[in-house]
Amino acid sequence: MTEVLSAERSQAVDAMLPRSFRVERTRRDTRDTFTLELAPVGGDPLRFAAGQFTMLLAAGVGEVPISISGDPSGGGLLEHTIRNVGSVTRALVATPRGGVLGVRGPFGTGWEVERGEGGDVVLVAGGIGLAPLRPALLQVVRNRERYNRVLLLYGARTPEDILFAPDLERWERDHDVEVAVTVDNGPHDWRGRVGLVTRLVPRAGFDPSRTTAYVCGPEVMMRSTALALRDRGVRADRIRLSMERNMKCGVGLCGHCQLRELFLCVDGPVLGFDRLEPLMSRWEL
Amino acid sequence: MTVRTLDETLREHPFFEGVGEEVVALLAGCARNVHFRPDELVFQEGQPADFFYLIKEGRVAIQLHEVAGGASIIDTVDAGEVLGFSWLVPPYRWVFDARATVDTRAVGFDAVCLRTKCDADPAVGYVLLSRVARTMHERLEAARVRLVDLYGTRTR
Repeated sequence: MTEVLSAERSQAVDAMLPRSFRVERTRRDTRDTFTLELAPVGGDPLRFAAGQFTMLLAAGVGEVPISISGDPSGGGLLEHTIRNVGSVTRALVATPRGGVLGVRGPFGTGWEVERGEGGDVVLVAGGIGLAPLRPALLQVVRNRERYNRVLLLYGARTPEDILFAPDLERWERDHDVEVAVTVDNGPHDWRGRVGLVTRLVPRAGFDPSRTTAYVCGPEVMMRSTALALRDRGVRADRIRLSMERNMKCGVGLCGHCQLRELFLCVDGPVLGFDRLEPLMSRWEL
Repeated sequence: MTVRTLDETLREHPFFEGVGEEVVALLAGCARNVHFRPDELVFQEGQPADFFYLIKEGRVAIQLHEVAGGASIIDTVDAGEVLGFSWLVPPYRWVFDARATVDTRAVGFDAVCLRTKCDADPAVGYVLLSRVARTMHERLEAARVRLVDLYGTRTR
């Protein structure tokens, strides 16, 4: 018993120690969003599952939870896409090429994209929610023959806020992904859709009886989307959402990310709508 | 090339899903096929709201003029959706501009004809208005959600 406790404690301690990663490149995606490409300073590349997150540390400033936005197949640089909205994210984005950041993790549950094999896959993203979904889509297109129809429904604030535009074109052109983009506000010369991303769900061409859906974005948008998917006939346990809470320790000890009986850093962030629905409809949680 | 009658076109449109053939045939008497080229105005703010449209192909942008000039697109209506509610509510004037963004085909219903038939047969009026109300409810719900700075809230 003592040995088991000791092993658990040892794992928890390891998880609290950041590894050093060097900034190889910082890519500006939109006016306030950047992707950092990181290489380990010694040791193996970080292995992770699509949908997991890490704690990124800017020394002397602080640590924030950031979803991994790169390819989970391994070997490449570790990618994180970050909105530059606070002191820590500002410091992360400002770290020059060659600068060193701390990385803890990866933490939490993944999208489990394999669940969608043999059927249709619908990914619904709102705003920067496309970043945590990107590894899932990269995994799907890498194994495209295992899936039937693949749809990406994506909502952004304005055309200028559309993330990964080159990826969207490539996935549609080269990988038979049906991409539908909508924005909240469009300038006069915008030719695309304007409106909530949830409005794309009722007429999207998937077979609800064999669909697995992956949804990431603001909580209001995820709830509306999950309800729209369920109205179409997609089973609640096949609708997977990525919840955002104030993750701190990453190992289910500190309680900052508690959602009733769940610690989202270990039980989540990705969970089925069958478990989340009763929690998402209670404002006091 | 297959030529579809207006009745057939209407029955295939999601708006008329579940509506009886007799009602569709009655309302088809108010309808005609219309076509808009890219950038062509479908209707203009302040003008009489004399049509109701079912979009078959293409896309229409609903625009709001800004005080400083120019216009913002506040919504778009795509194939399978409906365009225009002002024909239902006095004083029957459009409150926004609508402009085709691409080649667009639609069925346009004469508003006076529709209102007359709805007044003459309240059961028909109920069928039509319950479907319009469903669409209005969806748009209102979406508009309310969009009042929040939806995409500004998530950080990662």
